[in-house]
Parts: sequence; C-alpha cells; structure tokens
Amino acid sequence: MTTAVKTRPTSWGSKRSARAAATNKPTILGYAFLVIVILGSLFPLYWSFLIGSGDASTLRNLDVNWLPGGNFLANAAKVLENESVGFWRALGNSLIVSTTVAVSVVLFSTLAGYAFAKLKFRGSRPLLVFVIATMAVPTQLGIVPLFIAMSQWFHLSGNILAVILPALVSAFGVFWMTQYLSQALPDELIEAARVDGANMIQTFWYIALPAARPAAAMLGLFIFIGTWTNFFWPFIILDSNNPTLPVALSLLQSNFFVDYSIVLAGVLLSTIPLLILFVVAGKQLVSGIMQGAVKG
Amino acid sequence: MTQSLAPDVVVSRPTDSQPAPSGPDDERRIRRIAFGHRLSHWDVKLSPYLYISPFFILFAITGLFPLIYTGVVSLYDWHIIGGQGDFVGLKNFEWVLGQEKFWIALRNSFSIFLLSAIPQIILALIIAAILDQNLKAKTFWRMGVLVPYVVAPVAVALIFSNMFGDQYGLINNILGQIGLDPIGWHSQVVPSHLAIATMVNFRWTGYNALIFLAAMQAIPRDYYEAAAIDGASRIRQFFSITIPSLRPTLIFVIITSTIGGLQIFDEPRMYDSTGQGGASAQWMTITMYIYNQGFGVAGGGQFGHAAAAAWLLFLVIVIVGLINLLATRAIASTGTRSGK
Repeated sequence: MTTAVKTRPTSWGSKRSARAAATNKPTILGYAFLVIVILGSLFPLYWSFLIGSGDASTLRNLDVNWLPGGNFLANAAKVLENESVGFWRALGNSLIVSTTVAVSVVLFSTLAGYAFAKLKFRGSRPLLVFVIATMAVPTQLGIVPLFIAMSQWFHLSGNILAVILPALVSAFGVFWMTQYLSQALPDELIEAARVDGANMIQTFWYIALPAARPAAAMLGLFIFIGTWTNFFWPFIILDSNNPTLPVALSLLQSNFFVDYSIVLAGVLLSTIPLLILFVVAGKQLVSGIMQGAVKG
Repeated sequence: MTQSLAPDVVVSRPTDSQPAPSGPDDERRIRRIAFGHRLSHWDVKLSPYLYISPFFILFAITGLFPLIYTGVVSLYDWHIIGGQGDFVGLKNFEWVLGQEKFWIALRNSFSIFLLSAIPQIILALIIAAILDQNLKAKTFWRMGVLVPYVVAPVAVALIFSNMFGDQYGLINNILGQIGLDPIGWHSQVVPSHLAIATMVNFRWTGYNALIFLAAMQAIPRDYYEAAAIDGASRIRQFFSITIPSLRPTLIFVIITSTIGGLQIFDEPRMYDSTGQGGASAQWMTITMYIYNQGFGVAGGGQFGHAAAAAWLLFLVIVIVGLINLLATRAIASTGTRSGK
C-alpha cells in the first residue's frame, strides 16, 4: 500500500510511455491552473511578510508596494520582546504540548490498533465500532464539563497539562492504526514469532511496532500539526501568562490591533516552525493524506 | 530503534536449528521459555485488553465523561462561580431557543458553511482532476497545494482579516483601482461570511484535493481509455466516470466538512479584535455563541446555557449530516454503473 502511494520526483520525464499518451497527458492549461492555485496558496504568507516588513503607514498607502520593506526584524523583535504576549513561552509550550500529545497518541493508538487488527478477543468488534462512532461527535459538546473538571476538580486552569491530558488519546489514531496494521502486518509473521517463543509484549515490540512505523510517523505528523494549530480549547483553559502559540497570536491582535505590521510579523514568526516541518516532512504528509483517504 | 532490535530476536530464537551450545547461559534461556509457556495462556487472553485499556481509560475520563456530563449540566442552573444550582429541566434549552442571537448564530453558521463547503469541494475536485494527470514533478505540485494546511486557523484569520480590511484592506484597494466601490467586509452580513468562508477554503481546498486525488488514482485507467475510444471528451469522462467512482470519498469529505464547517470558531472569532462576531452579531457562529455563554465576558459563566446550546449544535450537525448523506447518495448514484 505504502509503496503504491509513494511518489518520487524521479518520475521526471522517465515515463513518457504509451499509457501517458493515451488519455492522461496534462495540458498547458492544467499547469497554468496549478500555478495559479499554488500562487494563491502562497500569497497570504507573502502578504503577511509584505505587511510584516513594513511599518504602520505601509497599509494606509493606497498604492500597494509589492516589495517588502526593511522592518521585518524590527517588527519581529517587538513581538518577541513584548511581555504580555510571551512569544518564547508560547513557542516552548506549543513544542511541549504537541510533542507529548503526538508521542502519546502514536503509542496508545499503535497498542490498541494492533490489538484490534491482529488479536482475537471477546468484544473486539463492538468496541471498535464504538471507537469509530465517537469520531463523529463534535468536541464542543464536552467542553463545559471538561472545563469544570480541569479547573475546579484538578485545579489545572492555566496549566498546559490541561491542554495535554484531554488529547493523550485519539479515536482517529486507533482507527488509523487498526486499518494500517490489519493490512500491513501479515498474520504469519505474528504466528512465527509466537512459535519462536516470543510472548505477547515481545511480539508487539519486535514485530508489530516495526511494521507500524510508516503509519506511526504519519499519525505523529498529523497529530503534531493538529495540536500545534489547535485554538478553541487552549484559548478557554489557558490564560495570557502561559499561552500556546495560537493563543499568543490572539493576544497579539488585542495588544497591537492598530499596528498590523507587528501582528502579521508575529503571524509569520509563529508559522515558521510548521513551515520548516513541512519542508522536511511534506512528502510524508501528502502520502499520508492520500493513504488515509483510500482507506477512510 | 526497534528496527535494530528485531534481528536480535531472530538470531537468539531458541528453536534455531543449529545445535545449541551448552552452558549456563543456555540453561537460563530454556528455563525462561518454560516459564513463558506456562504464562502464555493468560498472556494471550489478557494482552488484548491490556493493549486497548490505555485508550479506553483515558478516553472514558477525558472524552466520554464530559460528553455524558454535558447532558447533566444542561438540565441545571449552573454557573461558573456558583457551580451546580437548581434542577431546571429543559429551561436552559427553552432559554437558548428563545434568544434571537442563537438563531442569528445558527443562520451565520449555515451561511458560512455553505459558502465554504460548496466552492471548496468543486475547486478541490478540479485540482484533483488536474493532479491526476501525468504531471511532471508530481510531488512538487502536491506539496504546493498543501502548504496552507500548516498555517494555523488563527494565523489565517489574522492575515485575511487584514486583506479584507474595510478601509485599507488589499481587496478593497484593488476594487477601488478598477473603479468599484469598497465593500464592507466587516460591517455587512454576506461580505463578512464570504471573507470567513475564504479563510476556510484557503486552508482546506488543497487537503481535500489530495483526498480526491487518492480516490481518483484508484479508478482503473481502462475506463478512461475505453471512453476515449468511444469518443467521450475529457469533461464527459469526468462526469460519467470520475464523479460516480468517487462516491464514497465524496460522502466522506462532505460529512467531515459538515462537522467541521458547522463548528467553526477560530476564524470568525479572530476576524476582528473584539471577537464578538461584529456589532450586530453578523458573523457570530454557534460555537462562538456557546463560548460566549460559558466563558465570554458578556453574559458569561452560564454553563447550563452553554451546555444546552452545545447539545442543540450537535443535533443540528447530526440532522445536516444525515441529509447530506442521503443527498450525496442520490446525486452520486445517478448514472453509476451498478458495480459499487
């Protein structure tokens, strides 16, 4: 499955085969359309750089200057130095929260996914159906009791633990790993391990976990990005002293709402970490989306 | 790390056909195996439950409990400071349904959802159809359309609310240069919905295009070749082969964008600096309404009202989801070969 989805830039012109000639040759128009789409995808980021590198007067200029100004570093410094926004703290929090959540979700999803995909036990079907059904329930439905529990019972209001705890497991993750392992891990391999005397946890550790690696990496990526960009719940439970990046961004707007050059410099600053991740892992992300779709 | 460990097991496995070297090390190994066999029955029976239990325990506490408890909260007069008050039955629901703002929020949610979901799915289908062709540098194009996905919705909202600025925004600036009147992107109802829908479309179109692309690549190429031989145009092929074959994926995308679209919060909340959805709630959505009831500055802390509104939102999502499901089935099955 993975190999079928994996695409490499080596297909550069190497397959000008008869099949391509049949019906599926792209036209100039197709390329032109894609170029427009990608320019549209990048333009808002360029725009935030354009404004973020200018000063307050840039925006009021009726003739848009399409070249960036020289103030980006100065504007970025204003964001980084502003005490009430706490950018560095937010960056640290986002890193801690997203990493913890991604690792935890991957671990627990792989464990449960392996059990659902490969082990026979009473009640496995209904339990799996239950997991899938919960994916359809919107998160807002439980937000009020979650707030009561986190703030009044556990006294975690304002603490990033309150953001981490509810995200430690994911029904989507369990579903994803179940789907993957039921196809990618042959039963014979598990049987062979059992015959060789491996106990259950050894079988999981040495057989299932290595087999799960590609899917685990993708799940980790998705959960990391999803947690990093999540706003609703952190916005409710965290306060301005201890924000995650999206919460810090929201503070940026209320603190500097007159000066968009500073706000948009901050937007770009907060986006850079994920853009770096995207450059490194974008290919995996693409194939992950495509793979999930085929199975979903 | 796990990969390097796997071969060790194979090497040291006790059933290896090689004559076992004798020694204290070997004896210990044999004893361990015997012990393992005695345990293995319970091992096999219990392990599956052990493996799924972390998920279910954590989910029960942080996912299932809040879901059920929302029902309890919605039936009580419950305030953020005072805690649980009197049992009021369905009064909270009555109160919410009697609020004009709730209905405005419902209208806004629907409007923004429709303005984003429909163009987004159409555009995603077109992009996917082009990406499905035998392009050069496939990975480059695929990654290119996915870039917006890594921009946080809050960041997207800040960028676009600037571009859609009423007085100095880029869009009105361009409109002015080609001789059109500026549009009140923040002051008027429909333009504000359009601007927010644009943010949603920006972030999700490429993502959905890749999902469609995956499904398109699973369609056998012979169908297209046969159709081409029969003289069907590209457009005709798209509507007669591609769309019907995409039915399950279409349903999946429409359902997920319904769930996501009706819950929208980040973008409208950050669309202006006050976060109240405009002077007359012209772009306040249901989730913003829930937030305001429960946690907002204005009239906040009414957990009973917030919980009731959350249930009403859930109900709306379920109903719309079912309607979508039926509609998609009907639309996508017309002209389908009976295969699927």
